[in-house]
Amino acid sequence: MSTYLDHAASTPVRDVARVAYVDALRNCGNPSSVHRDGQAARAIVEDARERVARHFDADPVEVIFTSGGTESVNLGIAGLFRARHRAKGRRRRVIVPEAEHHATLDTVTALAHEGADIEWIAVDADGLIDTVAWQRAFHDTPESIACATALAANNEVGTVQPWRELCLVARDAGVPFHLDGVAALGHVPLALRPASAVSLSGHKIGAVPGVGVLLVDRGISPEAIIHGGGQQRGLRSGTMDAPAAASFAAALDELERERDAEVARIRLLSESLWAQILQAVPQAVPRGSRTSRLEHNLNFTFPGCQSDSLLFLLDEQGISVSTGSACQAGVAQPSHVLMAMGLSEDDSSSALRITLGHTTSQTDVDALVAALPRAYELALVAGRTA
Amino acid sequence: MSGGVDSAVAAARAVDAGHDVVGVHLALSRMPGTLRTGSRGCCTIEDSMDAQRAATKLGIPYYVWDFSERFRADVVDDFIAEYQAGRTPNPCMRCNERIKFDALMEKALALGFDAVCTGHYATIITNDAGQRELHRASAWAKDQSYVLGVLTSHQLAHVMFPLGETPSKADVRAEAETRGLSVAQKPDSHDICFIPDGDTRGWLEERLGAHDGPIVDTAGNDLGTHAGAAGFTVGQRKGLDIKIPSADGRPRFVLAVRPATNTVVVGPRESLDLAEIAGNVFSWCGDEPADLAHGIAVHVQIRAHADPVPATARLATGATGETEIVVCPDSPLNSVSPGQTAVLYADTRVLGQFTIARTVAVPLSVPALVE
Repeated sequence: MSTYLDHAASTPVRDVARVAYVDALRNCGNPSSVHRDGQAARAIVEDARERVARHFDADPVEVIFTSGGTESVNLGIAGLFRARHRAKGRRRRVIVPEAEHHATLDTVTALAHEGADIEWIAVDADGLIDTVAWQRAFHDTPESIACATALAANNEVGTVQPWRELCLVARDAGVPFHLDGVAALGHVPLALRPASAVSLSGHKIGAVPGVGVLLVDRGISPEAIIHGGGQQRGLRSGTMDAPAAASFAAALDELERERDAEVARIRLLSESLWAQILQAVPQAVPRGSRTSRLEHNLNFTFPGCQSDSLLFLLDEQGISVSTGSACQAGVAQPSHVLMAMGLSEDDSSSALRITLGHTTSQTDVDALVAALPRAYELALVAGRTA
Repeated sequence: MSGGVDSAVAAARAVDAGHDVVGVHLALSRMPGTLRTGSRGCCTIEDSMDAQRAATKLGIPYYVWDFSERFRADVVDDFIAEYQAGRTPNPCMRCNERIKFDALMEKALALGFDAVCTGHYATIITNDAGQRELHRASAWAKDQSYVLGVLTSHQLAHVMFPLGETPSKADVRAEAETRGLSVAQKPDSHDICFIPDGDTRGWLEERLGAHDGPIVDTAGNDLGTHAGAAGFTVGQRKGLDIKIPSADGRPRFVLAVRPATNTVVVGPRESLDLAEIAGNVFSWCGDEPADLAHGIAVHVQIRAHADPVPATARLATGATGETEIVVCPDSPLNSVSPGQTAVLYADTRVLGQFTIARTVAVPLSVPALVE
């Protein structure tokens, strides 16, 4: 039987989300059509929009459905930058922490070709954003800043950021702030305000893959990055996907309803797993903040091993975990997050990210603890051949 | 699994034989091109996806292993350095020696695998003494034993070449078709994988720079100018563009490339004929043959697709006291460049190989080439 401990990559679709999706597929209309079939489809989207809005103290009009987290991040950051860069003032500066997700890193890198000046904010050894440096960035000529962005919690090492504090600094400086809430959703309470935009992803919470949300404050107008029929406030053209929206809302409703109990359940499991891993492989080094972290995320480096060897050896035992870092053509790259936290390239290539989720049980935890010591030993030998 | 038809069918046969098989694709470039161009190049994302689809079809797990740094250092940089030194390297052999049957094999063995199985056309035979021998593929037209000549006993103990007995490539393609593998009709890869456009000379010039230098004859007479010595290979006739015709009006060939002086030496075809080749970097594909001190009859092959030539091989002490293999062909070898690998055969069996370090020309009536 397989042991799935990679919920941060994608978590199994919840029954409620699957049922909502399949039910909505029965409808034939386009949500933008005027006739009653269209209205029926539209009703599904709007019902979903309203339910999503409620969880973030937002208005329904502030919920924009997208194709997923990456699109949301692109629209949030590029949309804010372009709107503010093309407006009077020609603002160029973009404030970005170093250990963000690639959706952010690659978006701001692309914006640099459009005239953006990217200002990188360091993270500390725990992956926490340097709030002093953050404040300093907003201190001088805040009117030259186009936008700022940050993760609510780091997807690789699980460090929860002081995102409200970061957000308030930006707001007080009059700078729109995009919050990447993809990794944090379901684990820490999130709200649209005081941010200007918040990115969310469906498949991380048990909705179907291929749906995300960008919450956008009604007072701001990012520039669209996809052009067409002008659906969803003109921010996101393209036929609205009613089944996907229904699935997102269903997953979110269930997740929020169960969150407190589930967070407590997972915390017990992951704390016990944390201790057992250190007991089984004393050489393992826990990464990320110990106190300010996502309850379902464990990240360890295994000195002398390569992540891909560990991953293979655990996979062989039917255990799915992750290196945490991005893959290029199937090859795990050294984690830029760990490198930003001050680790060497070798250490940054030796990480395993273990993430628990709504289907995780004690059996899964036990299976990993049982398999890890041998995997570590073999990976260590393989590491010496490199 | 490169994403080609040979490794896909090799994997399929290994699965059929009852082995517990895992597909591994080597990432040899940190910046893989997105798509294939023609039949050249490999390890693009497209190739990786082809390999993954084949693995899925066979029902085996599939992983990409990153050897890009090792490949750069041991194969690509070595290739450049060899040309820079006026030698003609064989990067496929270097890759087999250092990557596929070293880095990959050692990692695989460490991770608990027993063998590396590839789509090479070659045969492993266990002899009466229980030792594994490397032999040519049964279809000589596809035989790849030459590029495997670098394998040692330890490596031979952990390889599988399921395609060695296949009558032809057409059979492999037909088998792939029957098995429903989408790579059945994928073109063969050619040339050097890290030079996707096939322009080796241009590629080298980009890295080594190109400076005009003299083209001279064996007597040192200046015959013209070349645009960069790197990239010329011994035996080459085309691209010399010599304006002064030879005395006898016959074509001239590159006899030597001397990077130190950026000089290309040319002369008549006969000057390419060699009576002896030798090298002190060698390995045995199994045990060292007996009686080498006295000389043994072998066939020597100096290129992947060259015909084997009958010869005598012996061990001798070289000029600086090191042991070297000296091979004297029964009839002269032609167009051999230092840096090339000579593989020694006893009938179909690969005995071993050496890197050609020095050559001795057949004495000529014309002035001999002075190295």
